[in-house]
Amino acid sequence: MCLAVPAQVKNCDGNEAIVDLHGNRVRVSTVLSPEVKEGDWVLVHAGFVIQQLTPEAAAETFAVLADLVEKGGPP
Amino acid sequence: MTGHEALDRLRSAAAAVGRPMAFMEVCGTHTVQAFRCGLHSLMPGNVRLISGPGCPVCVTSQGDIDMLIELARRPGVTLCTYGDMLRVTGTDGNLEEARTMGADVRVVYCSLEAVKLAGAEATREVVFAGVGFETTTPATAAAALEAERLGLRNFSVLVSHKRILPAMRALLESGQVKVDGFLCPGHVAVITGYATFAPIVRRYGLSCVVAGFEGAQIAMGMARLVELVRDGQPALENLYPQVVTRWGNRRAQNLMRRVFRPVGARWRGLGSIVDSGLAFRSRYARFDAQRRYELTPVESAEPPGCRCGDVITGRCTPAECKLFGAACTPVCPIGPCMVSSEGTCQAWFKYRRQDKAGVPAGAGSN
Repeated sequence: MCLAVPAQVKNCDGNEAIVDLHGNRVRVSTVLSPEVKEGDWVLVHAGFVIQQLTPEAAAETFAVLADLVEKGGPP
Repeated sequence: MTGHEALDRLRSAAAAVGRPMAFMEVCGTHTVQAFRCGLHSLMPGNVRLISGPGCPVCVTSQGDIDMLIELARRPGVTLCTYGDMLRVTGTDGNLEEARTMGADVRVVYCSLEAVKLAGAEATREVVFAGVGFETTTPATAAAALEAERLGLRNFSVLVSHKRILPAMRALLESGQVKVDGFLCPGHVAVITGYATFAPIVRRYGLSCVVAGFEGAQIAMGMARLVELVRDGQPALENLYPQVVTRWGNRRAQNLMRRVFRPVGARWRGLGSIVDSGLAFRSRYARFDAQRRYELTPVESAEPPGCRCGDVITGRCTPAECKLFGAACTPVCPIGPCMVSSEGTCQAWFKYRRQDKAGVPAGAGSN
């Protein structure tokens, strides 16, 4: 349940942002991480940005997720 | 560092220590990922990684699950839940069955969806099932604050949120499980900061290593835990600095503190633990579903024969449960550890089913 996924911020709009989550555009809340701005890589958990990421950290996490998708597992 | 390098370090440190060692992870994602990448079979024979109370679905007490299902069945109530809880079996059925019988149960990805629903459907009483550890709790706090901002009167939360540190302490205090250190949950630490685990190192002299979720990262975490045993220097280490800081996400912590206060809570397999749960502060009491619907938590019995409570406290392996793989499978799960995609039983069923005997877990190491 505590799985968090990396995404890139596309647009910020008040307390919300549109992020690119592995190709999907998703609206998420930024109340837990209000300093994020367009272009930032972030960690998203249950519809909330919980942390900013470096692009390197995002790439590493994508590798894990690709592994999950390939072999089947928790969403 | 690659996985191979991490395993080399792990093997060399384990050989230097010699004696059997057991380490505990307390995160469902670690459980699943360690199984998936075959870590258990790659580690030296004297090193074991056992699962602790890290899957929120699995640690939720039977009484809390019953309360959730009872609430879902009430006329006029729309119950919003994360998908994980849907098939967890209560004393009398589960949420999915309740939905088949007409209950309005909706799966949400985000707590704010439940708030939006309450705003859109004023005639429904919308209840959000607040389940999860510190990673998830801020989302529930934010939902309550949003409902307050919108002046909603038909939104409430059935709170079963848990705090991981009191559970780790209770487990150690119980003396029933002996571990040589903890592999600490990376995403809980994003919120709490890794400093939250310092008391385990100070008080119990056990190392705590925060690790990411890639196979190599978990292997590195294990290598460091064994090296710290070898060196006789228990320490707190953060091996996931890409996202975890010492003090965590202060804003999320402040939101949690503003809305909730620590209270005692019941855990499957651990019983009641002081300050291990959360309840609404009086200012937000109107969002407390338990109060609003006058629900009394009962101490419901767990399914007969089910050993999930022992599994999530490292006292037995899934293979040692008589129901495992026979009466209890992912298709027809009896206990929550088989229901949850992060549960130890489901992971064991998927990746280690042929290993029927298993290695007795929590058999002590010192």
